[in-house]
Amino acid sequence: MDRFLHSDLFYDFVRSPIAVISFVLVSTLILLAVFANFIAPTNPFDPASLNLMNGFTAPLEPNAFTGEVFLMGTDDQGRDLFSAILFGLRVSLFVGLMAVALATGIGVFLGLLAGYIGGWLDSLIMRLADIQMTFPSILIAMLIYGVARGVLPPELRDEMAISVLILSIGLSEWVSIARTVRSSTLVEKEKEYVAAARLIGLNHFRIMLRHILPNVLSPVLVIATITLALAIIAEATLSFLGVGAPPTKPSLGTLIRVGQDFLFSGEWWILLFPAITLLLLALSVNLFGDWLRDTLNPRLK
Amino acid sequence: MILIVLRRLIQSIVVLFLVALISFLIFRFVGNPVDNLLGQEATVQQRADLEEALGLNQPIYEQYISFVWNALRFDFGNSYRGALPVAELISSRLPATLELALVSALFAVFVGVTTGVYTAIRRNSFLSKLILSVSLIGVSLPTFLIGVLLIWIFAVELRWLPSFGRGEVIQIGWWSTGFLTVTGLKSLILPGITLGLYQLTLIMRLTRSEMLEVLNQDYIRFVRALGLSDRKVHFNHALPNTLVPVITIAGLQLGSIVAFAIITETVFQWPGVGLLFINSVYFVDIPVMSAYLLLVGGLFVIINLIVDLLYLAIDPRIRDNQLMGEA
Repeated sequence: MDRFLHSDLFYDFVRSPIAVISFVLVSTLILLAVFANFIAPTNPFDPASLNLMNGFTAPLEPNAFTGEVFLMGTDDQGRDLFSAILFGLRVSLFVGLMAVALATGIGVFLGLLAGYIGGWLDSLIMRLADIQMTFPSILIAMLIYGVARGVLPPELRDEMAISVLILSIGLSEWVSIARTVRSSTLVEKEKEYVAAARLIGLNHFRIMLRHILPNVLSPVLVIATITLALAIIAEATLSFLGVGAPPTKPSLGTLIRVGQDFLFSGEWWILLFPAITLLLLALSVNLFGDWLRDTLNPRLK
Repeated sequence: MILIVLRRLIQSIVVLFLVALISFLIFRFVGNPVDNLLGQEATVQQRADLEEALGLNQPIYEQYISFVWNALRFDFGNSYRGALPVAELISSRLPATLELALVSALFAVFVGVTTGVYTAIRRNSFLSKLILSVSLIGVSLPTFLIGVLLIWIFAVELRWLPSFGRGEVIQIGWWSTGFLTVTGLKSLILPGITLGLYQLTLIMRLTRSEMLEVLNQDYIRFVRALGLSDRKVHFNHALPNTLVPVITIAGLQLGSIVAFAIITETVFQWPGVGLLFINSVYFVDIPVMSAYLLLVGGLFVIINLIVDLLYLAIDPRIRDNQLMGEA
């Protein structure tokens, strides 16, 4: 800990207001999502806790029938919007983080293989990455989502929707990570410590995982953070389009989709608060990622 | 030179066949055509007859070849929903998407170049700074939120513009156009802005930085020294030189318009190909999905090929590098 407090990274961090603000924001949102059960005043998905009389209560105004007050108002079924947003935040963050973990896993694995082994395997993986790069990743995510739904039997589709979502976003975002790992691996494998490791007879997998991997991780960290912002937006977009998180387990995108229907009848808060939460989340992750990139690895710019 | 062009062509064709293979695999194995046409209660004999009729008992490579051959003649089979031919569905929806894409591209290029030039010439004015900071917010907003916000402001609160659909359309042959009616034109405004905004910010920033670079060059100083007016210097001498990179980047971005169009069309319930695709994903309408993949894949490969070849034609340095790589 003492070493961390005296590191360059910490020094830069404390002196960059953007970094501190975005870090505080992200951590707050993550804590809110993790402890949603304890913070949320109601459980939004327990039908017993809903009172239809509370429907369409405006934020901070007492309800006309029950007199109850809600911080961010309620939706058509009298569900407390603040609670729904906390749980939606949890779904959005969970899908985003898992998708990035999947993308990073695939990207690091394929990038290491391509960079270290080279030859036809390298050309195969990189050609694949090139082809995937020509398609926008959100389009690929939609296709994977559709195919996965087609493979699943209809009764499992809603139940598996979150896993399918993670899979489709994860598979659509691995390319940039694989490319970065490959190029760093190409540099690292020419260095003397790798030659030394080979000389004492270590096998290739051990060299890749124990010797090269730790040295290529810092750019991966940067790209993974930026990918997290992309994944959160991608998840929200898919859910908004109706091909993401199911209504029984709404994410922020699903809440925005629902909120859009009530714009015309004047219930603006059902749309506005989930939208602001999503923006804060995406923006703060993005800003933090940008700062991390500028500090750790300015070359990636 | 011919060798490079030939190699690019062959690469593109290989990619196309790969895309076709993926969309064939989706078509053949994800959605089982026999199950979908006959339902659960069919007898073994019925199934065998249908497999025979559809050619599903032929070797798999022959099926692939006939899939590609059919696709080349725009025969993608029938949609599971409504049993209409997929090609007919897509062609009836194509005009809506193309008109929207055209309007948004015109909007993005026109406004993008104008603001780009303005922010470069009047670098320190208040308006320039305002435009730049607004564009920064615009980039970080997801497309669907921009659409929803525009609907909120201009359709719900101000009631100026319609929030969904194409308005009245006029049929000209197989093409349906919204350009000829007032409601049709009004309906184009909000989706056009939503779809064009991202390209707009991109074009603006690019024009601005290119313009700033060009304005510093010797030949600009020379024409200024000749006593030409600022107007002539900026528009006759500086602007044309900034346009080549702007056009190529805008061309490369055409692919992302396809993805953004899906989102925009869903927000505004615009009856285009993107909405058709997202519905097919939702209802697991496999033939529509596979046909869409094939068409979009073809489009992307062609765009990339054209941009690559244009680069080769424009920039001799790339050409030389390629030749060196060859040897």
